[in-house]
Amino acid sequence: MLLLRCPYCGVDADETELAPGGEAHLTREGPNSSDAAFEAYVFLRRNPRGVHFERWRHAYGCGKWFHAARDTATNQVFGTYTAQCSAPPQDLLDRIADATGGERA
Amino acid sequence: MSYRLEQGGLRIDRSRRIGFSFDGRGTEGFAGDTLASALLGTGRRVMGRSFKYHRPRGPVTCGADEPNALVNLGQGGRAEPNQRATVTELFEGLTATSQNRWPSLAFDVGAINARLSRFLPAGFYYKTFLWPRSFWKHVYEPVIRASAGLGRPPEGPDADRYEHLNVHADLLVAGGGVAGLQAALMAGRAGVSVLLVEETAHWGGRAVIDAATDGARIDGQPVADWVAAAVAELGSMANVTMRLRTVAAGLYDHGFALAWERVTDHRPWDDAPRHRLWRIRARHVVTATGALERPIAFPGNDLPGVMLAGAVREYLTGYGVAVGREVVVVTNNDDAYRTAHALKAAGVRVPAILDVRSGVASGAPAAAREAGFRVLERSAIAKVTGGSSVEAVTLTSGETIICDAVAMSGGYSPVVHLWSHTGGKLLWDETQAHFRPDPDRAPLAADGGAAATAAGAATGGLTLAETLASGGQAAQAALTRLGHAEADAATIATAEPEDVLPMKPVWMMPAEATAAQRQKMWLDYQNDVKVSDVQLAQREGYESVEHAKRYTTLGMATDQGKLSNINGLAILAQAKGEAIPQVGTTTFRPPYVPISMGSIAGEARGGLFQPIRRTPMHALHDEAGAVWEPVGHWRRPFAYPQKGETRDEAVQREIAQVRGRVAMLDASTLGKIVVKGPDAGRFLDMIYTNMMSTLKVGRCRYGLICSENGFLIDDGVVARLGEDEFLCHTTTGGADRIHGHMEEWLQTEWWDWQVYTANVTEQWAQVAVAGPKAREVLESLGGLDLARDTLPFMSWTEGRLGDIPARVFRISFSGELSYEIAVPASRGPELWRALRRAGKPHGIVPYGTEAMHILRAEKGFVMIGDETDGTVIPQDLGLDWAISKKKDDYIGKRAQMRPHMADPERWKLVGLETLDGSVLSHAALALEDGQNALGQRRTQGRVTSTYRSPTLNRGIAMGLVRHGPDRMGEVLEFSRVTGGTVQVRIVDPVLYDKEGKRQDV
Repeated sequence: MLLLRCPYCGVDADETELAPGGEAHLTREGPNSSDAAFEAYVFLRRNPRGVHFERWRHAYGCGKWFHAARDTATNQVFGTYTAQCSAPPQDLLDRIADATGGERA
Repeated sequence: MSYRLEQGGLRIDRSRRIGFSFDGRGTEGFAGDTLASALLGTGRRVMGRSFKYHRPRGPVTCGADEPNALVNLGQGGRAEPNQRATVTELFEGLTATSQNRWPSLAFDVGAINARLSRFLPAGFYYKTFLWPRSFWKHVYEPVIRASAGLGRPPEGPDADRYEHLNVHADLLVAGGGVAGLQAALMAGRAGVSVLLVEETAHWGGRAVIDAATDGARIDGQPVADWVAAAVAELGSMANVTMRLRTVAAGLYDHGFALAWERVTDHRPWDDAPRHRLWRIRARHVVTATGALERPIAFPGNDLPGVMLAGAVREYLTGYGVAVGREVVVVTNNDDAYRTAHALKAAGVRVPAILDVRSGVASGAPAAAREAGFRVLERSAIAKVTGGSSVEAVTLTSGETIICDAVAMSGGYSPVVHLWSHTGGKLLWDETQAHFRPDPDRAPLAADGGAAATAAGAATGGLTLAETLASGGQAAQAALTRLGHAEADAATIATAEPEDVLPMKPVWMMPAEATAAQRQKMWLDYQNDVKVSDVQLAQREGYESVEHAKRYTTLGMATDQGKLSNINGLAILAQAKGEAIPQVGTTTFRPPYVPISMGSIAGEARGGLFQPIRRTPMHALHDEAGAVWEPVGHWRRPFAYPQKGETRDEAVQREIAQVRGRVAMLDASTLGKIVVKGPDAGRFLDMIYTNMMSTLKVGRCRYGLICSENGFLIDDGVVARLGEDEFLCHTTTGGADRIHGHMEEWLQTEWWDWQVYTANVTEQWAQVAVAGPKAREVLESLGGLDLARDTLPFMSWTEGRLGDIPARVFRISFSGELSYEIAVPASRGPELWRALRRAGKPHGIVPYGTEAMHILRAEKGFVMIGDETDGTVIPQDLGLDWAISKKKDDYIGKRAQMRPHMADPERWKLVGLETLDGSVLSHAALALEDGQNALGQRRTQGRVTSTYRSPTLNRGIAMGLVRHGPDRMGEVLEFSRVTGGTVQVRIVDPVLYDKEGKRQDV
C-alpha cells in the first residue's frame, strides 16, 4: 500500500486516503482539435514500466490534487509535486536521472 | 501410541488440569498445552481425515505449517472450521470435533476413495465428469459439491468482536526467536521505536527447545535465561512494543504490514476483542521468521505417527509428550540427531537412526554412535507399514524395524514469505538445498532502498551462533537505514559455533522408487498430492510450476504449501530434468497463515459496516410510517403507507394529492455546491453544457454536466446567488462526485481561475411543496411575498418564512406549482412541522421518492441513472435546448462532435405507450426482425423508466429507440420478462400538461 507525501498539507498519505487520477501532464484538446489529437488526449496513455508521472488526489485529506513520480515496477517514489504545472520540475527530473542513470525518465 | 511422560514439559503446568472435549468425549490436558499436545498426551494420534482419500491423519508438525490436524472448534456463534490443533492453545471447556469423516473419525465411509485412488489421479476432475452431459447437473455437481471443502461453515452471526489497530513504528521485527530478540534489543537500545511480534505464545523460538537437549549457551548463559533477560530488558524500554500470539501475516508496499493478534483465543471468557488486526507502517522490517522443516517423501509417509523430527522434539521437550514408544529417526541432516538424544533422555526407545548420508564418521552421527545409538548410514525407508498408525518400517536393505513412530527430517526451508510478498528475491543455496533471501535484492522501500532485512534461520543460517549474528547484523543494517549510528558489533550476543556436517538433499526415498511406491509418497498431505501426481502433471504438459500447482492442487491446502512446496518443486524439476532454481517457486502471497474474516472486517459490521446518511427530518419520517429506500448512502422515504394501505396504494394516493391539492417531499439529499469567485460564471460555462454566466441574479436554470468523453453524468438546477456566486444543485447520488469533478478541473486545468467550490449539501434542509395549493400553504406561514409576478417560475428569493430564515426556489420536478424551501439544517424539523400544520386545511401529506419518480415520468423529465447509463449524451435525450450553441467550448463538447455521436441512427428518448395499457417491464427490449452476429435477436430500443400512472390510469414509460423521435406513432414489439411480447406505440415523452401551464401559475 503506497505512501505518498501530499505537497499541500505535508501529510504522508496512505493509499487509502488517496484517489488515483492516471497519467499527468496531458494537454487538453478542445473543439478545434483533430480526431487523432483528441483520441490521444482522452484514450491513449503511456503506461510505462518504469518512471511514471501520475495524478493523485488527497481525497480523504486536504482534497488537493498533486503529482507523483513513481517507478511502476518497483514503487520507488522520486517525489511528489503540485498539480499546478504542465511539466515535472527540473530538480525532480535531475533526481530521477541520477537515480536511474538517465535511462527511464 | 503417543503418551504423556511422567515429567518434563517446559511449556506446561502439571499442577493445572484443563478439561476439554473432542468429538463429544470429555478429557483432560495441562495448562500450556496445545490441543494437539493434549490429544497426543491422551494417546490420540488420529485427529482428522485427508481431503481426497479420507486417509486417517495425525499431526505432522507442531506449528502453523500443520496440514493434517484440522478440527472444528467451538459451537454456535463461535464455531470455526479448519482450526489447526497444533496452534490452538488449550482452555477449560474447549470443544473440538473432527472433520471430513462420516459417520465417525474411526470409521469413515469416504475412505473408499483411497481404494479408488487409481482412478483419481491429479486432474481427474478435468477428465472424468464430461459425459454424459446430462449427468452434470443432477449427478456430478451435487456429489462434488457435497464432498467439497473441509469442515462446516458456521451458521448465524459471529458472536465475537474484532478490532483494527493502526500503528507506526521505526522498526517492525517479525519473529520473537533469538534472532528477533537480538535485533529488537539493539534497535531498542538505539532508541528507535520497535514493534516486536511473535506468532506463538513463547519467546525464544526453537533455540529454547533445542538447548534443553544440547545444552547450548548464549553469552555463557543457558539459552532460556538469556531469552528471559532479553524479554525483561525489552519490556522495560518505553520505545519497544512486544506482542505474543501475533503473526506478521503480510508485508506490502512502502513498509505497510499486517499483523494478526489472537487476543482471547486462549481465554475466551475475557471481555476483549477476540482478534486484533494490526495495520502497521514501519520504516524498516526485520524478517526473523525462522525456518520450516521439510518432510521426506517415502512410501507411507502419511501414516499417523510419521512426524517431523523437530515436532517430535518439541512435543517432548515443550509438552512432556512422547509421540511413540519406539521412534525411528530418518534424516538427511544433523539436526534430527537432537531429536534422538531428546527421546533417549526421556526414556523413549530409538531403534535406529537412518541417515541418507555416507561417511558420517564425525559430528552428530559419530557422537550419536558414541552415545549408543544404532546409526545406519546410506540408508533409506522403502516402506512404512501400518493401518491407521505406524507399525514398522522396512528399509531398502530389506531389514524391517518394529516401531510405532517415525521422526523425519528432510532439512529446513527458511520462511521467506514476508520477504517475498513485495518482491524480495531468493537465492538457491546448493549446500542446504533451500531458497533463502538474496540480501542484495531486498524488497524495496519508497526511496528505492531495502524495505526489509532478513535475520536468523530465515536467512538460511540455521545454527544458534549464525542466528544470533544475523539478528545483530540485521539490527545494524536497519539502524543505518533509519539514519542512526550503527550499533556496536560487540553488543551482539554469541554462542559456540557448531561443527555441522553438510546435509544431503533427498527428494524421493528410495531414489529408485517403483511406480507403486511413488503412489504412496505424499507431498501435500491435506490435498493428497503424491509424487506420482506431480510426475503425471509434468508428463501431461503442466511444466510451469504455477500450472503444476493448480493441476495437482499441490500447495493449495490451508497450509498453502508450507510443508510441500519445495519437495514438490524438486520432484517437478527432476521430472523435467532441470535444476530446481530453473523451475522456480510459486508466488508467495499474503497472508502467511490463515487470518480470521472477523479480524479483516474489524468493527465494520452491522450498523458500522457502512454509515447511513440521514436527513434532519429522518425521525419525523419514521414517526409518519415511512418505508425506506437506500439512495447512495442516504435513506429516503419511498412512500408513507397509512393504516391498511399497501405501498403501492400509498404511492398512488400521494401522487393524486400532488396533482389535486398539495403534498411535500424531503429534498434535503439533493446535492448543493456553492461556486464562488470572479471567474465562477466562466467556470460554470465549462462545467455545464448550457450558458450559466448569463443567468441573472435571482434566477434559476436547469443545467447538464457531461464528462470529457461527452456522456451525460449529472443534472440539476443552478441558482445565481450573487454576481460572483452560484448554487449548483446536483442529484442525490452526485453531490460528492460532481464536487470532485469541479475540483479536478479547477485544480488541474484552470488553476489560474479565481473560483472556490464548497459542498454544502448537509448544511441545508430542503423541502419541496408541490401542488395547486402550494402557494396558499406557504403564504399562510407569512414573511415572504410569493406572488406569481414577484417570484416567477425559475426564480428564487430569500427571507424568513414564518420564523425561519429560508431560501425559496420556485422550481418544479413534478410539473405542478412547486417551491423548494431551503433552511439551515438544524431548523429542518421545525419547517417540516410548520408546513404540515399550515397545509392541514388542504389535507397536505408527505410524499416519497416513488411518487416523485412517477410524477417526473408523467412530465417526461429524465432521471440520471435511469435514462442515462454512461453511454447516453444529452442529444439522445432531446435535451439539445440545454446545450449552448454560442459557447466555443464546454467539457464534453469536442467528444460530442465525433461522427458516432451525431449518427442519426442513435437510440433516442421517446415516450412509450402500450396498446393494452399494461405496464412495461423494466429494461424491456424493442425487438427487430433478424439476428445479430452472435445469433441473438436484433433489438432497436429499450425501456429506461416504466411505471403505472394514477393520473393517466395506465402504464407509462420512457425509452431509447433507434431514431425514435422521427417515428412518432409507430408501433413496436417489446419483450416481456414473463414471456411473450407487447405492442407499444412511440409517443411524445411528455404525457401530462404538455404546455407546462400547471407549474407556471
